[in-house]
Amino acid sequence: MGGETTVNQSFRLANAGRLGRAKTVRFSFDGQDYAGVEGDTLASALIANGVHLVGRSFKYHRPRGILSAGAEEPSALVGIHRDAARKTPNIRATVQELYDGLTAVSQNRWPSLSLDAGAVNDLASPFFAAGFYYKTFMWPKAAWKSLYEPKIREAAGLGVAPDLPDPDHYASRYAHCDLLVVGGGVAGLAAALAAAETGARVILCDEQTELGGALRYERGATVDGQPGWDWAQATAAKLAARDNVRMLTRTTAFGYYAQNFLGLVERVTDHLAEPSPDQPRERLWQVRAKRVVLATGAIERHMVFGDNDRPGIMLASAARTYLNHYGVAVGRQIGVFTANDSAYWTAIDLKKAGVNVAAIVDTRDNPAGPAVEEARALGIELNLGRTVLKTGGRLRVSSMTVQAKKGGPERVIPVDALLMSAGWTPSVHLFSQSRGKVAFNQTTNRFVPGDYAQACVSVGGCNGTDGIGPTVAEAFAAGEKAAKEAGTTVRRLSRPKAETSESWSRGMAGAAPGAGPDSKAKAFVDFQNDVTAKDIRLAVEQGMRSIEHVKRYTTNGMATDQGKTSNLHGLAIAAETLGKTMPEVGLTTFRPPYTPVTFGAIVNHSRGALFEPTRKTPMHEWAVKRGAVFEDVGQWKRAWYFPEAGENMHAAVNRECVTVRKAAGIFDATTLGKIEVVGPDAAAFMELLYTNPWQKLDPGRCRYGVMLREDGFIYDDGVVGRLAEDRFHVTTTTGGAPRVLQHMEDYLQTEFPHLKVWLTSTSEQWAVIAVQGPKSRDIIQPFVEGIDISDEALPHMSVREGKFCGVPTRLFRMSFSGERGFEINVPSDYGPAVIEAIWNEGRKHGACMYGTETMHVLRAEKGYIIVGQDTDGTVTPDDAGLSWAVGKKKTDFVGIRGMNRPDLTAGGRKQLVGLKTKDPNIVLEEGAQIVADPRQAIPMTMIGHVTSSYWSENCGRSIALALVKDGRGKIGETLYVPMPDRTIEVEVAGTVFYDETGARLNG
Amino acid sequence: MLLIRCPYCEQELPEIEFRNAGEAHIARPTHIADETDDDFEKYFFIRTNPKGIIYERWRHVHGCARFFNAVRDTVTDRFLLTYKAGEPKPKRLPGVGK
Ligand SMILES: [Zn+2]
Repeated sequence: MGGETTVNQSFRLANAGRLGRAKTVRFSFDGQDYAGVEGDTLASALIANGVHLVGRSFKYHRPRGILSAGAEEPSALVGIHRDAARKTPNIRATVQELYDGLTAVSQNRWPSLSLDAGAVNDLASPFFAAGFYYKTFMWPKAAWKSLYEPKIREAAGLGVAPDLPDPDHYASRYAHCDLLVVGGGVAGLAAALAAAETGARVILCDEQTELGGALRYERGATVDGQPGWDWAQATAAKLAARDNVRMLTRTTAFGYYAQNFLGLVERVTDHLAEPSPDQPRERLWQVRAKRVVLATGAIERHMVFGDNDRPGIMLASAARTYLNHYGVAVGRQIGVFTANDSAYWTAIDLKKAGVNVAAIVDTRDNPAGPAVEEARALGIELNLGRTVLKTGGRLRVSSMTVQAKKGGPERVIPVDALLMSAGWTPSVHLFSQSRGKVAFNQTTNRFVPGDYAQACVSVGGCNGTDGIGPTVAEAFAAGEKAAKEAGTTVRRLSRPKAETSESWSRGMAGAAPGAGPDSKAKAFVDFQNDVTAKDIRLAVEQGMRSIEHVKRYTTNGMATDQGKTSNLHGLAIAAETLGKTMPEVGLTTFRPPYTPVTFGAIVNHSRGALFEPTRKTPMHEWAVKRGAVFEDVGQWKRAWYFPEAGENMHAAVNRECVTVRKAAGIFDATTLGKIEVVGPDAAAFMELLYTNPWQKLDPGRCRYGVMLREDGFIYDDGVVGRLAEDRFHVTTTTGGAPRVLQHMEDYLQTEFPHLKVWLTSTSEQWAVIAVQGPKSRDIIQPFVEGIDISDEALPHMSVREGKFCGVPTRLFRMSFSGERGFEINVPSDYGPAVIEAIWNEGRKHGACMYGTETMHVLRAEKGYIIVGQDTDGTVTPDDAGLSWAVGKKKTDFVGIRGMNRPDLTAGGRKQLVGLKTKDPNIVLEEGAQIVADPRQAIPMTMIGHVTSSYWSENCGRSIALALVKDGRGKIGETLYVPMPDRTIEVEVAGTVFYDETGARLNG
Repeated sequence: MLLIRCPYCEQELPEIEFRNAGEAHIARPTHIADETDDDFEKYFFIRTNPKGIIYERWRHVHGCARFFNAVRDTVTDRFLLTYKAGEPKPKRLPGVGK
């Protein structure tokens, strides 16, 4: 920050607040330097400097100020910039603690906050009424993407997301406790105290920096003879010193989930000038509590009247907080507009602090009680039975216009701040999230917790309990009870005695007198989404009956503040327009999060390399040394191809493909899933899980198995070797291993529990090295002990156990390339040594290493399918040309009935075929659609799609597999693949492109 | 995150150790190949999907790996009971009717 501090804190009062002689802190807002003091929030420091204009509204770009002094803030959203990567948008100035060097910027304004071009939206506001987006931008559909949406997003919006990766880290903790107390006001402290004394494990969390809640501003309260705030600090210190209590300040309980599982987010460094790089920015707490006490208090509502959104207009309790805690006057000539008593206490405190209170306007005709008496005694002008019609001013409120409720002459009173209170809304957000049902209290005209769904209890303001005395009594008893229910022994404890000279009566909900249906006033209900009373009436008039529909149509309560100040007003106006009572209309559902939570806290450590596990085969490092390029296959890193000097991928794959068929290739096949099926009923089990017959397969032989789901579609495939009468070595696709085992276990445990079979995943036990090609037998011969690997003794699709390089092996004679081939299974740890030995021998025979790309090309040349690529969960064995693998005499296997459903046996299904492009040099795109007639009208009838497509150096042309409607009957026909730039002619062919007779398999 | 009691491990453990496996007490027909289209449809596709009490299968996949049955209230996600696979549908449920 450069330059002099140009604005002093002229609204900081010498003899008010608790910050006293705290150190001066410098900060900037929109490039202007200011001073505040330690302990300030950004909002209190701005107000101390006379700054109320902090933002522009979402839709109309109206100048907006600071409404509250807490988490409910809808208006004062700013960006906080620490450095190029740390630019956090939409921070509530009322909760951002000030630190030295803090840089804040306003949002949603251009070119500047005081002169905003977007404010033209305000003049055009009739066009932006409820449902405007739905009605205006319906047609044409295409214009949404190109025109409307970008313009709307530009004109209406909040902060700008940072454009660099988040350099901070975030921590995560799990915690268990007997009692979680949410909220550290007088109620939460009393409950925590009662439970802590019994020895119960207690967690107390509060979103604020210090505990005390409403005691922050409520001056008249005493607890056990101490001023309320002092008692709160002493109690907090006492609790913090106990081993069985965890105190979490700056911590918001944002979500209440099933079985008393709550999500808390602790802000660790956002208040620090220079956070240590070792500290997490935030810490996510996932708490499982035996009991929960909700002590979340109540939130004051604003008054709904004309132009109630000008900077300088705020909640009465907020002004009282700024005065009594921060020592800041929100103005010098202050008006009050209220429908309940609590605003009087603010006026009284201000007057006593020497701030001029212009007038109190009260909609009630004959309010009585100590607050009214004291205000009158202090000589504050009271306007009873009156209302504020509208306000004056542009970037700051300058006047209020007062009129009797029933009309008559208007009187303009100059003010530089206007405080409002329509009453208090119990914070039932977390209670509602816990799936408890709220109940409407007819006497107090508010929604309070009704039926509980979980082991929790609400106390104090959030339970609709008025007054500090009853609150403390209720909270203390709840703490004792919760501790007892959680299993601790309760000693007789002395309850704190609390009293206050203040009393609050109920207020009003809905539009103030003068802002009714006949009024043209812009009376805001939801400041953050710019929803007025008129918008809500319009929604009802246009047919919205359910409050959930009114909410979505007007967007009332749908902004990031979740309608903390607006929901009840919106409901009251909708109810009035519908001619119903509020409980008849009902409250909207509260959903997590209570306040916005960063993605950082949720994602936490699961970023980059820690996003999910990386699986590597035992030969991974060996392949790295050989220069392999890797690809991700699910969680696996697989060698993709092995380029030699100067080769690109295309050249490397062509060379590998040719070399395998000419000499041999070596391939790491370890990632294949492997399941051992063992037991006297192993063959019977295999009969039930695969389409193929297994009973007559001789030990030492292999079979290609096809697994279906019960619906008859292909689920997995793989080569299965029978090692003994009672032992099968099953292989699965790389990605299919876990779900195939789950599928097998499911049937074994629940449908066929009579079968004596044991299933074991052996995927990680075996390293698998495939050696494929005419020279494969010569290459492995020197290493094989105890197995005759001649073609006669070990024909294609055989398996033997013996030794390889001196270590135990399961040696398969099998092929996924169409060449004579072997797959050598050795215990995982021996993989690198064995592949090194094979490689050294292979080089002598002109063999190469090859990767997954060559594996894919070679298998496609042979028409071997890959489940999940050439099938998609809607392909039957017949569709894939695998009818031969279905045991015709079998009476049962999983999928036998599903496979014969009418739609699966009817004509017109898509069948797997080969495609040859008329121009052999064109390689089709996988996923491309196929049509019969390229000249037909758009949208064309698509009859299939390309599933696999490669350049085949061995065939000297491109090859492709495709699923085509009635494809096998179309062999030889010409079809078309329309692409954006051209239409490609293809000929339908069989699926085998190379060595159609399969002679090479046998060597 | 839910807490689920595995009837085999006899422990209440976090949901991440488990995997839901759909509605319980739907037996695969003994002679499935002979089922009519209608019967197969009822067996394979039709589920009760209740708002309220559901009987469902879970697997302690990252524990003992056993499949078991549970009774859960789909409104509150509260587990009323868990029991071993193959045991009959419980006639009485704890805490229902309050
Ligand atoms: Zn278990």
